[in-house]
Amino acid sequence: MSRAEAKPAALYHRTVVWLLFAILLLPLAGTLLYSLSTSWSASILPDGLTFKWYVALWGDARFLNAFGQSLLVCFGALALSVVLILPLLFVVHYHFPKLDGLMNVLILLPFAVPPVVSSVGLLQLYGSGPLAMTGTPWILVGCYFTIALPFMYRAITNNLQAINLPDLMDAAHLLGASTWKAAFLVVLPNLRKGLMVSLFLSFSFLFGEFVFANMLVGTRYETLQVYLNNMKNSSGHFNSALVISYFFFVLIFTWAANRLNKDKS
Amino acid sequence: MSNHPGSTAKSVRVKAKWLALLWLVPFAVFFVVFQVAPLVWVTINSLNSPEGWGLANFSKVFSSRFYMQAIKHSLEIAFWSSLIGMAVALLGSYSLRQVDSRLRDFVMAFSNMTSNFSGVPLAFAFIILLGFNGALTLLLIKIGLIESFNLYSKNGLIVLYTYFQIPLGVLLLYPAFDALREDWRESAALLGAGTWAFWRYIGLPVLTPALLGTFVILLANALGAYATVYYLTTGNFNVLPIRIAGLVSGDISLDPNLASALSMILVGLMAVITVAHQLLLKRSYHVAR
Repeated sequence: MSRAEAKPAALYHRTVVWLLFAILLLPLAGTLLYSLSTSWSASILPDGLTFKWYVALWGDARFLNAFGQSLLVCFGALALSVVLILPLLFVVHYHFPKLDGLMNVLILLPFAVPPVVSSVGLLQLYGSGPLAMTGTPWILVGCYFTIALPFMYRAITNNLQAINLPDLMDAAHLLGASTWKAAFLVVLPNLRKGLMVSLFLSFSFLFGEFVFANMLVGTRYETLQVYLNNMKNSSGHFNSALVISYFFFVLIFTWAANRLNKDKS
Repeated sequence: MSNHPGSTAKSVRVKAKWLALLWLVPFAVFFVVFQVAPLVWVTINSLNSPEGWGLANFSKVFSSRFYMQAIKHSLEIAFWSSLIGMAVALLGSYSLRQVDSRLRDFVMAFSNMTSNFSGVPLAFAFIILLGFNGALTLLLIKIGLIESFNLYSKNGLIVLYTYFQIPLGVLLLYPAFDALREDWRESAALLGAGTWAFWRYIGLPVLTPALLGTFVILLANALGAYATVYYLTTGNFNVLPIRIAGLVSGDISLDPNLASALSMILVGLMAVITVAHQLLLKRSYHVAR
């Protein structure tokens, strides 16, 4: 390819990338502008700019409550996931590597079964009886564990393969460490970064979960997404401030994950 | 337990290995309670109806124009949003590979972040942008590109779904270009192939498996989507997930068994798509492994 041809090609690729960026940015930029405008209806640009919607939002008790409850449910689900998935990964990869094949099939289930389908069964099974928990945050913690599972399992598996688990354990054993000690003091610190990255990313999509929260719990333990849905008839500017505040949090967590990922390499 | 060579130490280790399986019990309990049991309940009860066990729920669905319309809408929106989303992602990820790394890293990171901008917040943002009085709608009408735009229609939903398909498409397609070596392009050019011929005979065939795989994931993503369309149309637009949710959590006409049958149809559609993908993959001549 000669130089004369290369220039228009480079210009074309830059244009496509900027267009892609513009398409992805547009809904966010629109919402941001709406959240900062005094009033904006039936015109292409807003009438004036203000911060009052953010002040109103962050002074609203119901919002703060929903925000806190969202955080609690997400952190609870992530803590549960770590407690359940880390031992699983260790046992599978150290003692029974053949189970990995089975696990790879099992973790497809949360993908193959949409939340709306699971909810049908969950509502009937746990609406009453010994495991009655619809309408409580506990059912969300359990369901969010299943959402985070495939992602965390794959991410940490890649990490375990990278540190060469059997060799690491053999070395630790040779130096006199028990399996327990080796798992906690040798393997776990090596997984710390990969685990943090997968936790940050899991948080950013669990924080936006709506289907389970709305169908199984609703207003009885209002999360941020359910609150946004219930505020549908209030001011659009107020809701914009809510959406931007929500996305800002997601942004922080994905950014942190990105940074950690870069440090690793 | 220290690991001295010897038969006792070995038997202790074997015992420890089986004891380790106990660690899987809590995981298995939670997985069964929150993932397997609901699916089993849905599967069994899809065959249960007031008339007794059998296929009554399914024949009710397939003879109802209302439910058939929901299935048709779901498939149409999923198909078109996946196709357009994938086309945009394909053009985008190819160009992403050709620009300097600073711009690339920035746009890739941004694309990954927007993949979390979905569901209710996304629907809300689209109302502001493309609703009846949305800024973009007004702008496009003013410059005469469109006469009107109805976000709350099938076409409106296709636009909205396409938006959330793009970041996922980029995420899946960007690594696929690893298979397409840059020197092939130069070789093809030396042999007299133009841009069109290169893509027709080399580029697209090599990318076919990745494109098919991406398409399947995007289809599944769109078929199961619920939050966006629920918020946008307050549960009034007729697609499968809305109908399923309506039958278990609506105020009127609760029928969990019928909801189960619809759920099985939704999961079945995804299974058919996945199997078709596997078959196509086997038939496409360029399979690396």
